[in-house]
Amino acid sequence: MNKKTSANPFPLPSEIESVPGTEGWEEMYPYFSRVQAGDDKIFWFYNSMHFSEPLPAFDALTAEVPYTAMGASTTRIFAFPATYGVEHRIINGRVYITAHAVTDPDEIARRTEVFNKRAAHYFENWDELYEKWHKKMLGLIEEVKGIEVPALSEFDDESVVLEARGIGQNHFVREGYHHCINLFSKMWHHHFEFLMLGYGAYMVFFQFCKKAFPEIPDQMVARMVAGIDLLMFQADDKLKILAHRAVEVGIEASFVDGADPKVVLKEIESAGDKGKKWLKTFAEVRDPWFNISVGDGFYHYHRSWDDDLTVPFSAVSHYVDMIKAGEDIERKTDELRKERKRIADEYRDLIDNDEERAAFDQMLGLCHRVFPYVEDHKFYCEHWFTTSFYAKIREFGDLLVREGILKDREDIFQLTHLEVEEALVDTMLAWAAGSKPIGASHWQPIVDKRRAILAKFADWDAPIAIGPMPEHLEDPAVQMLWGITSETLESWSMHPDEVNEKEIHGFAASPGVVEGIARVLKNVNDIGQVREGDILVSPVTTPSWGPVFPKIKAAVSDIGGTMSHAAIVAREYGMPAVVGTGRATKRITTGQRLRVDGDNGIVTILD
Amino acid sequence: MSQGSESFISHFSDLTLADRLTVGGKSASLGELTRAGVAVPPGFAVTTCAFETFLSQSDPHGEIRSEVAALDSGDTNLVSVASARIRQRVCDMPMPADIADEICSNYRSMARNGSGAAVAVRSSATCEDSETASFAGLQDTYLWVRGEEQLLDQVRACWASLYNSESITYRQRLDLPEKQISMAVVVQQMVDAVCAGVMFTRSPTTGDKSVIVIEGSWGLGSSLVSGEVTPDHFVVNKVTGEIMTRNISPKELEHVPDPSGSGVLERLVDEERRSVPCLSDDTLGRLWRIGRKVEEHYGSPQDIEWAVPRDKSEETVYLLQSRPETVWASRQKEPAAKPTDKAFEHVLNMMGGKKR
Repeated sequence: MNKKTSANPFPLPSEIESVPGTEGWEEMYPYFSRVQAGDDKIFWFYNSMHFSEPLPAFDALTAEVPYTAMGASTTRIFAFPATYGVEHRIINGRVYITAHAVTDPDEIARRTEVFNKRAAHYFENWDELYEKWHKKMLGLIEEVKGIEVPALSEFDDESVVLEARGIGQNHFVREGYHHCINLFSKMWHHHFEFLMLGYGAYMVFFQFCKKAFPEIPDQMVARMVAGIDLLMFQADDKLKILAHRAVEVGIEASFVDGADPKVVLKEIESAGDKGKKWLKTFAEVRDPWFNISVGDGFYHYHRSWDDDLTVPFSAVSHYVDMIKAGEDIERKTDELRKERKRIADEYRDLIDNDEERAAFDQMLGLCHRVFPYVEDHKFYCEHWFTTSFYAKIREFGDLLVREGILKDREDIFQLTHLEVEEALVDTMLAWAAGSKPIGASHWQPIVDKRRAILAKFADWDAPIAIGPMPEHLEDPAVQMLWGITSETLESWSMHPDEVNEKEIHGFAASPGVVEGIARVLKNVNDIGQVREGDILVSPVTTPSWGPVFPKIKAAVSDIGGTMSHAAIVAREYGMPAVVGTGRATKRITTGQRLRVDGDNGIVTILD
Repeated sequence: MSQGSESFISHFSDLTLADRLTVGGKSASLGELTRAGVAVPPGFAVTTCAFETFLSQSDPHGEIRSEVAALDSGDTNLVSVASARIRQRVCDMPMPADIADEICSNYRSMARNGSGAAVAVRSSATCEDSETASFAGLQDTYLWVRGEEQLLDQVRACWASLYNSESITYRQRLDLPEKQISMAVVVQQMVDAVCAGVMFTRSPTTGDKSVIVIEGSWGLGSSLVSGEVTPDHFVVNKVTGEIMTRNISPKELEHVPDPSGSGVLERLVDEERRSVPCLSDDTLGRLWRIGRKVEEHYGSPQDIEWAVPRDKSEETVYLLQSRPETVWASRQKEPAAKPTDKAFEHVLNMMGGKKR
């Protein structure tokens, strides 16, 4: 098709209308996330990588807090020379962001001086600092789990008097809640402590490879760098251990695909010694390995395996079947390591200049040093901490239900985090006054209205970008985190999504071309529906989806880049994958025939 | 040059690159490939010794070489007139009987099923296919030659092609002394190719050494080399063998052996076959392995011609030629990066916007 040159390919923020029937939705989100006068002059892109679904009011925190922390790191702590931070807007429940690049050469020079010293400190002490980071993160997780939500019992505990503590338990309602939010904020600051530097190491190697090997696919660079012993893989390995153990002690018959986990557990518990043996192993691996989110740590309803055993148990039953069929289910880590080394060595040998080869060694070496952080931080931050955090917020939800303000603990997530505080103060006052909180009539209609709004938002076809197309987009943070460059914009403007209904573009994450039948799963809990040879189409592929890979032929996801979990796993299984399509789960329906071209990042609907 | 009668002919299996001066670049390379264990259609080289013997018998005073050496290559008209005259003279010169006998007896031993073998007769100059100069396409190739008389004619035609005006101009431009230029001829069994093409073990467009680019079309490779057909285009990752790009073109024409037994025929490809990829993934994989092997053998990226035999019982891909890639090899490339004092300084440099 012809490239549009005169007209802007993207709508302006002010041109976007509210989804019909959702009027007044703006009050769900903080005022600073609303479209402002002047926003039409700025280019924004839809952060579909992290926010593929409309944000519930409380979950807007997962935009606000990470951007507070990320910008602190880039703008103020390390003073990255060419980038400040990210600003965000929420439109029809979706998060749009814009990055502030530094363009003035004098400013860049001034920041470079600060940056070089500070970044060098982290790079030079990487291993030691990472070890400390690890302890800090475990500390935060312990801390958030340990927060006590007051019961608001009739009389306060006697010890308040006998130890002369003098503070009533209603005080700790707000203190505990603040503590949760504060820890969430600290976690996100630590999340970015190493991240941008780590991605920087990857990007410098990536750019080198593109220069030395102009035709190298992105995923080949990823393959040379990707870790083998990622925590995310270890979690999947634990499920295999549980499957082996089940076969070993003889309770494997309890693992039937699609069975209710409660029924499975009950059966095992009544299986005597055999059951006890398995339950012991289960208890050993459950903490911490079941603290895996079924999502990516941005939505409250992405629960952990520990909260809902459906996903891990379905995986265990699949592994049990494979073991019984005599299949080898172990990951061949030695072979994977050898292959990674072979690929890197061969690329190295193709370089014909000694200096260039030395630079290659330095950059790849640096990547291997920093990448365990880049890959494993998610397990601690987005999975373990975040699912623990949301579990604690649910306890506050229980309190609001007990006090009659909300009908269901999950309703708490329809309030913004500041509104939750208001509702909690209501309970604190009522407990003190010896009266009843008055919030029920205030909050319950709001909760109902917002649920209805979210349902309407779900079908909105969010534009991939809004505002005027910029001439350049060279912000290093945007490039590192979202993989978006001037070329990406070019291709977005060339393929406005509505043009070819049959083609969906994404990142070429794992090579190969196959055709097959689509299986669209919006929720990982449905992985039981996947049949041998299906092409999996899912919103995001987190480690929870790991067990489905032996069954499928190709993977397509809405979210993710070439270093995403889906990409790494698909490459290991040698199947094509296209990730980061933005909307594959919306455009494709189960049963359609697809061609997945993992070489070029194109999914074609053949029907 | 020695003139022992036993050295008029050399078999591929006895040749290496070191024999270039006596059999020319193309034959030496085919010999080298044969020894490297790559499938090459069988054949032999008519050595430069045969050419020198032929030349000295009819031109004992070396008039031809003196005349060529004295030509002013800037004067195209003059060169082209002189070239035509010299070629005619070479073609009219009689073939010495001992040379003709040896060529014919070797040709007879290539026969299969009693009928004369169909062979390709290709010039193989001593200066061609070197690392610095390809001389690609400057000398003649005759396909599907059958019968002794025709063979001898084409051998002589190859000898004469050393005096093509393009060839003369090219070597004068490179300042190659005329006395050192000699001509050998390759006589090689024809492959009745179902598809054929070229393979570069580095990208011809970007110079990337991590990819192998394969182009192929139906029938003999001549349709592709001459540019009459837009070939299928494949890019294969050299390291992993993964097929990175497939551009399948409608291949409307193909060159096939003339049913009369000699010569090549151009015909339309059946409608339904035009847009079918001419190479399966299996064959691409085979080519990939061969490309890696040949490049490793030579130690530098190669420009290769290949053919897949129509006879499906032959599970092989033949190489018809391999020569060093010359375009990118001669370019000076800035290193993509130079080492820094400490590895992380690469990141600092990138973030600070320092362009290298």
